[in-house]
Amino acid sequence: MSDSLPADSVGIVTPQTYRFDTPIDLACGQALDSYQLVVETYGELNEDASNAVLICHALSGHHHAAGYHSAEERKPGWWDSCIGPGKPIDTDRFFVVSLNNLGGCHGSTGPNSNNPKTDKPYGPEFPVVTVQDWVKSQALLADRLGIQCWAAVVGGSLGGMQALQWSLDYPDRLRHAVVIASTPRLTAQNIAFNEVARQAITSDQEFHGGRYYDHGVIPRRGLMLARMVGHITYLSDASMGEKFGRELRDQAYKFGFDAEFQVESYLRYQGERFSETFDANTYLLMTRALDYFDPAHDFGGDLARAMTTAQCEFLVLSFSTDWRFNPSRSEEMVNAMIAARKRVSYAEIDAPWGHDAFLIPTPRYTSAFSAYMDRVAREVGA
Amino acid sequence: MRPDLEIIQNWIQPGHHVLDLGCGDGTLLDFLQRERGASGFGLEINPDHITTCMAKGVAVIEQNLDTQGLDNFDDNSFDVVLMTQALQAVRRPDKVLDEMLRMGREGIVTFPNFAHWRLRWGLALSGRMPESEALPYKWYNTPNIRLCTFKDFEALCRQKGIRIKSRRVVDGKHQNSWLARLWPNLLGEIAIYRITRENGT
Repeated sequence: MSDSLPADSVGIVTPQTYRFDTPIDLACGQALDSYQLVVETYGELNEDASNAVLICHALSGHHHAAGYHSAEERKPGWWDSCIGPGKPIDTDRFFVVSLNNLGGCHGSTGPNSNNPKTDKPYGPEFPVVTVQDWVKSQALLADRLGIQCWAAVVGGSLGGMQALQWSLDYPDRLRHAVVIASTPRLTAQNIAFNEVARQAITSDQEFHGGRYYDHGVIPRRGLMLARMVGHITYLSDASMGEKFGRELRDQAYKFGFDAEFQVESYLRYQGERFSETFDANTYLLMTRALDYFDPAHDFGGDLARAMTTAQCEFLVLSFSTDWRFNPSRSEEMVNAMIAARKRVSYAEIDAPWGHDAFLIPTPRYTSAFSAYMDRVAREVGA
Repeated sequence: MRPDLEIIQNWIQPGHHVLDLGCGDGTLLDFLQRERGASGFGLEINPDHITTCMAKGVAVIEQNLDTQGLDNFDDNSFDVVLMTQALQAVRRPDKVLDEMLRMGREGIVTFPNFAHWRLRWGLALSGRMPESEALPYKWYNTPNIRLCTFKDFEALCRQKGIRIKSRRVVDGKHQNSWLARLWPNLLGEIAIYRITRENGT
C-alpha cells in the first residue's frame, strides 16, 4: 500500500483476544470448557450501546474485516469496501465488531489450538461447530462487550446464514439482520462442491487423519485443490472470461499438462497462497457448518414456520450472476419472511462477479446498502 | 396534502396491512405508515426507487409483476392491495386485478384516463399519439402499454364481478375538480377506484 492510508479507511487496527472460561455446549453434544475469540472493532460504542453492528464472516474469513494491521500491510481487511468512514457500514456512526469464529484458524480457538486436556493441538478432536454454535458464542461476546441489542447483524454468504440464525435464536437482541448473497440451506450441488473440497484435503497423504500437526507437515496440495474448486464457484463464467479469457502464459500450446492458460496459473497461485495461511481442519469444519445449516429442518422444512420467532427487520440482497447461492435462494428466504409477516426488503443487484460480488463495491449495491444502514443509524440515534 | 393521497388515506384504517404494487419511491407507503399506522410492503423494479424506499424505511421487495407474478403472497394476506399509476404498465391488467383481490380484501387502483378530452382532441386534430401530464411519453418509449378509459375499466370490473365501492376523479395534478366529477370519462384525467369482490364487504 501507499505511505498514507486512504481517507475512508478505519486505519491501523489491532485485534483483541477475549477468553471465556465458562463451558459452551455445542450442537454436536460436546462442550468446550474454555475458548478464546479474536475480535476487531472499529468506531466508538455510544453511551447506550445502541450503535453496535456485528459482522459475521464467510467460509475463509476472519476478524480482520477492515483497515490495516500495519502500515506495511498490502491488503486491507476482507470487507474494507463496505466498512469505514462514509462507507455503507459507516464507522463514524456505528461501533463495528468482527470476530474469528470458533473453529477458525486465525487466533480463535480451533483445531490448531492447544487442547488443554492433552496439551497438543485439537486436530480432528475439535468438535464440529454449527452456525447456531457461532451465534451462541457471538451472543456471549456481546455480553462481554456490554451490547444487549445489535443495531444490525450483517453478513455475506456463510455470514448471512449467521445473521439469519441470530434473528431466530436471539430475536430481542438485534434490530436488523442484513443477509447478503446467502441461502436458507445448501442445495445438493452446493454440498457436492464442499464434499469435493473435503475429499481433496482428507485424501492428501500429508493429512494424517487430521493429525498433520504431529508430523510437522500440512496437507498443502489438498488445501490448494479445495480452494481452487471453491474459488471457481465464487466467480462467474463471465468474470473469469473477462479476466483471463483463453489467454496463454506463452504464445503457443505446449501439448503438456503444466499451467498453460492464465486461469490455470491464477487458480494455482490462489490455491497455494491459501494453503499457506489456512488450516485444513478448519476448512473441513467450516464447510460442514455450511452443509448443516437449515433453520427449517426442525419445522418440517417449512422456513416460514421457522421464521415466526424473528422480530427484527430484514434486508436481503442477492447478485444476478451468483450461481453458488443464486438469487432464487434469497427469494426463497424473502418469501418465507413474507409468509411469516416479517418486515423485509429485498433487491437483486445486477453485478457480473458471481458470488464474490458481495465483496466488491458496485454503485447500486453500495447505494442500497448505504441507504438501508443510514436508516438503521438514524433509528438508533447514531 | 396531495388530494389523491388524502383520498386513499381515508380508505386505510390504522393497523391495516397493505401491499403496494409498483410502489415507486415509497411516498404513498411512507405516508400511510406515518399517518395511518399501516404496515406492509411495496413491490418495485426500478433500482433507484428501491434504494429510496430503503432510505425511507419502507419495506420494499424487488419483484416484476409481469415475469414473476404474485404467487409468493398468500390469499387474503392483506387488508388492502394498492396499485397507483401502474395498471396501464403491466402486461395483463385483468389478471393483476384478480390477484389484487385474491391477496387483499380490497383493492385501490389509480390509472390515467385515455378518454380525457385533451387526448381525444389531440388525436383528432393532429393525428398523432397524444401526450399529457398524466401520460408524458412518446408512443415508442412509453411504459404504458395497456391504456384504457374509465368506461373500459368499469366494463372489465362488471365482467369480472368486481364491485366498485367508490370512484374519485382528479386531474393530472391530482386536483379535485367538479367538472371532472360531472363528466368523468371526458374530463377526468386520473381515477381512484376502490374495489372489492362482488361478495366482499
